Amino acid sequence: MSETYPKRPSQLFRNLSAKIASVPMILTAVVVFAGGTAWTVLYSFTNSKLLPRFSFVGLDQYYRLWAAPRWGVAVENLAIYGVLSLIFSLAIGFLLAALLDQKIRFEDTFRTIFLYPFALSFIVTGLVWQWLLNPDFGVQAVVRGLGWESFTFNPLYDASIVIYGILIAALWQGTGLVMCLMLAGLRGIDEDIWKAARVDGIPMWKTYLFIVIPMMRPVFITTIVIIASGIIKVYDLVVAQTSGGPGIASEVPAKYVYDYMFFAQNLGQGFAASTMMLLSVIIVVVPWAYLEFGRARRG
Amino acid sequence: MADTATLDMAPAATATRIETGPRGAKPRKTFSRRNIFLYGTLIVVAVYYLLPLYVMVVTSLKGMPEIRLGNIFSPPVEITFEPWVKAWSQACTGLNCDGLSRGFWNSVRITVPSVILSIALASINGYALANWRFKGADLFFTILIVGAFIPYQVMIYPIVILLREIGLYGSLWGLVIVHSIFGMPILTLLFRNYFTSVPEELFKAARVDGAGFWGIYFRIMLPMSLPIFVVAIILQVTGIWNDFLFGVVYTRPDTYPMTVQLNNIVNSVQGVKEYNVNMAATILTGLVPLIVYFASGKLFVRGIAAGAVKG
Repeated sequence: MSETYPKRPSQLFRNLSAKIASVPMILTAVVVFAGGTAWTVLYSFTNSKLLPRFSFVGLDQYYRLWAAPRWGVAVENLAIYGVLSLIFSLAIGFLLAALLDQKIRFEDTFRTIFLYPFALSFIVTGLVWQWLLNPDFGVQAVVRGLGWESFTFNPLYDASIVIYGILIAALWQGTGLVMCLMLAGLRGIDEDIWKAARVDGIPMWKTYLFIVIPMMRPVFITTIVIIASGIIKVYDLVVAQTSGGPGIASEVPAKYVYDYMFFAQNLGQGFAASTMMLLSVIIVVVPWAYLEFGRARRG
Repeated sequence: MADTATLDMAPAATATRIETGPRGAKPRKTFSRRNIFLYGTLIVVAVYYLLPLYVMVVTSLKGMPEIRLGNIFSPPVEITFEPWVKAWSQACTGLNCDGLSRGFWNSVRITVPSVILSIALASINGYALANWRFKGADLFFTILIVGAFIPYQVMIYPIVILLREIGLYGSLWGLVIVHSIFGMPILTLLFRNYFTSVPEELFKAARVDGAGFWGIYFRIMLPMSLPIFVVAIILQVTGIWNDFLFGVVYTRPDTYPMTVQLNNIVNSVQGVKEYNVNMAATILTGLVPLIVYFASGKLFVRGIAAGAVKG
C-alpha cells in the first residue's frame, strides 16, 4: 500500500480527525460496555461483600441466589408480569391501532391521548396508580361508596395479587407505544390487499387475523423485542408503586440487584443476580438477532 | 393460488379506473351501528387513559379534609393551590424541607448538559461512521449497539468504580457522563442513519473544495440535519428527565434529580400522608415531559419510534 500511495505514510494517521472524534464512542463500547460487562460477570464468581475483592468462589453466589426466597419471588413476579404484559400490550396495542386505522375522525386526538402516559416516567406512573389503587380512597372506596359494600379490589396490599396491580399501571403507561408501532405497521399494508380481501368476501376480522397480522410479522418481532427488553428492566415502577411490598411480594430482579449492591453491601450477590439478568436478555435477543440478521444476509 | 392472483389483478385494474372518477368515501350514515361501536370504544378507552391525569389534578386542588371525606373522582368543592405551593417549596425529604424545587433545579442542571453533551458526541460519532469510516469503526459500532441490550444493572457497578477513579462519583457531572454513555447507542444509530441518507455528492463536493472533517460537519451536515437534532433533543430531554435508576445510583441526596426526590417525598414513612401535596408534586415532576410531548406532536412519535429500537 505505502509503495503505491507514497503520500500516505502511515495507516494509523489516515483519517485522524475521525479517529480522534470517535474516541468517546470507542471508550464507551470497549471500556464501559464490553469491559464493564466482563468485569461484572467475572466478579460474580467472587465473594465480594462491601468492596469488590477478587477471591474466587466458583458458583457459590449462584447457588445462594437460587436458594434465596426473595430471588425466587422476584423471578416468579417477572415471569408473570412479563408474559401478561407481553400478551396484553400486544393485544391492546394492536386493537387500538386497528380501531384508529378505520379512517376515523379525530385520529390525532385519540392517538395523543393514548400515547401521553408514555411521556411520563415510571415513578410518576407508579405514584398515580398507588393513589388510584389506595384501598381507603381509591377505586375500591369509590365502588363501596356507591353501595357495593363487599367490593374488594386492593391489589397493592394483597401479596397474592400485587404484581397485577403493577401490571395495570405498566399497561396504562406502555400500550400507547405499542399502538404507535402497530399503527405504523398497519399503514404499511398495501391498500390493494384490503380491496382484494373485500372482493373475495372475506370478513374483516379474518382479513386481520389471517392476512394482515402475518404480513406484519417484522413489526411484531420488533415490538416484542422492545417490550421484552423493557420487561427485564422493570424497576422504577415497582419502587414507586409498592417499594417491593407488601413484604417481598412485588420484588423484581432489577430491584434485587440494586438492593444487594447498594444496601445489603453484598456485591457478589448483586453481580450474580445481574449476570442472570444478562443471561435472560441473551436468551431473548440472540434468537431474534439470528433471525433478523440471518435473513438480512440471505436476502 | 393462481386463481386468486388473477382475481387480484382485475379489481386492481378496475380500482384505478374508479379512482379517476368521483373521489371520496362512500356516504355513510353518521350514526351507523359500526360508528357507534367504533367511537364508543375509542371514547371509553380515552376516558380510561385520561382518568389518572384527571384524578391527579383534582386531588392536588383539594384540601385534606375534603380528600378524607370525598370521592377521588369528584371535582374539588373548594379549589386550593396550597398543596402546589407546599409541594414546590416546603415538602420534606429527610432533613431537607425546601420542597421539590431543589430536585427540579437539580434535574435542570443534569438534563441540560447531558442533552447537549450526549447529542454532540453522538452526532459526531454518527457523522464519522457515515462519512469517514476507518478500519475497525464498524466493530466498535456493533459493540455499542449490542451494549444497548445489556441491562443497566450489569454495568452500574463498574461505572461507579470508573467515576470514583476520576473523582466524579456523586457529582452532577458524573451523572451527565453516565447519561451521555447510555444515550450513545441509540443516538449514534439515529445520526448515522440520517447522515448516511445525505447524498454523497454533497460530501464529495465539499472535500474537493478542501473542507476537512470539522469543516464539513459544521458547515454542511449540522445545518442540514436540524430536524434530526430536534428528534434527538426530544428523546433525550424526556428520557433523562424521567430517569430514576442512574439518579439514585450516581448522585447524593443533595444532588438528587426530581424523580428521586419525588419518590422520597411520596413514599416517606414518617409523618401524616398528605395526598394532595403528593399529587401536586407528581404533576410537577411529570410536567416537563408532558409539555415536551404536547408541544412536539408528531416529532415525539418519531423520537420514540427511533428510541424504541433501543428498547
